[in-house]
Amino acid sequence: MSFTLSAMPHLLCTSDLACERDSRVLYNGLNIAVKAGELWHVKGRNGAGKTTLLRQLSGLHPVDTGKILYPKESTKVIYIGHKLGLKEQLSADENLSWLVGLDGSSTQEQRYAALERVGLRGYEENTVAQLSAGQKRRVALARLHLCKVDIWLLDEPFTSLDQQGIVDELDWLNQHTLSGGAVLMTSHQEISLPQVKVLDLGQYTALSSQWPQNEGVPLV
Amino acid sequence: MMRFMWTIIRRDLLLVARQPAEMINPLVFFVLVIALFPLGISPEASLLSQTAAGVIWVAAMLATLLSLELLFKLDHDDGSLEQLLLAPYPSWSLVLAKVFVHWLVSGLPLILISPLIATMLFLPSHAVPALMLSLLIGTPTLSLLGAIGAALVTGVRGGGMLLTLLILPLYVPVIIFGASSVAAAAQGMAIGGYMALLAAMFVFALMITPWAAGAALKL
Repeated sequence: MSFTLSAMPHLLCTSDLACERDSRVLYNGLNIAVKAGELWHVKGRNGAGKTTLLRQLSGLHPVDTGKILYPKESTKVIYIGHKLGLKEQLSADENLSWLVGLDGSSTQEQRYAALERVGLRGYEENTVAQLSAGQKRRVALARLHLCKVDIWLLDEPFTSLDQQGIVDELDWLNQHTLSGGAVLMTSHQEISLPQVKVLDLGQYTALSSQWPQNEGVPLV
Repeated sequence: MMRFMWTIIRRDLLLVARQPAEMINPLVFFVLVIALFPLGISPEASLLSQTAAGVIWVAAMLATLLSLELLFKLDHDDGSLEQLLLAPYPSWSLVLAKVFVHWLVSGLPLILISPLIATMLFLPSHAVPALMLSLLIGTPTLSLLGAIGAALVTGVRGGGMLLTLLILPLYVPVIIFGASSVAAAAQGMAIGGYMALLAAMFVFALMITPWAAGAALKL
């Protein structure tokens, strides 16, 4: 590789992004620039707005103040949240088929290979209702191996995974960033990879405390 | 985009196939209401044939309403609605695909069984084609209009009652013209005007509701 990380293109920028929920400012004046090859670890106490930030970046949560920019054209984003988006009555394979089919296509061979990578070999035709919480999480994560996507937005992706699962997933995160993708994820676990950048949402709430609390916080 | 809609349609049909109760419930409800009606009023043929059109239409409307609440709710609860909304296609296409399956599962069986129901209620046999035609145009309109309400109450706990209140006023014109068309056919009158109005309502609903429901889903 001839180029360094700093020469990598920007995949996602925010300018003065803010979020207000129930007249409480979660974060304010958020300016980040996510480059290809970076893994952003979003931190913050419970209720700091980590999930909301990821939802805003994915487009699920409306943006009232500030801007989100995807400098590259047709940037593809995948969002896996607390709710995995799996249908209990369908098998692991069928779930992957429709999830990938929303914007792309996959063959059964590819889906089986992806399920094998997440350690679910032999469970392809089991309905998701029969799987354990960790296995369900793995089915959802198998999607990451099927879609060619630039940015992964993962909300607590280690939830209910066993230790080996976490090690495996760190490996996928590493490979994805090394191959020019970017990851933004929340986790209460420390991530020990060299390309990790930490975004502490607590810092951005501090900005808002200068406003008088009783009158609510003017955002503009 | 066609592939996006086809993916949703295929998934939802597969889900119905795994849980056939979802499909049979509205149909059973429809048949039961109509079967009980003569027991409550009177089994007299002359009275029944007069009221048949209205009874069938009201029962069809209630059966549609019954299944509407779950149109987006299940998807919302397991998070798959998020994934559908994240796909890079307009949300009206997702609504249209889901409404199509809803109609296929709850509307179409009603139409197919309606000749039998009509006989049960002594509806004159020459009015049966009008009944089926009016249901064919009317039930998709009911599904489409209902999608707005279903989208609005998605994520609201116990939104069923709210949904009924929201949607019922919109159903009134469809019921009026649907039932009158069958009554007119039973008396041997022309039904062209009624059908044209029903079709106009269908086209209007087809244009407006997927867009409105799609916007409501994003709230």
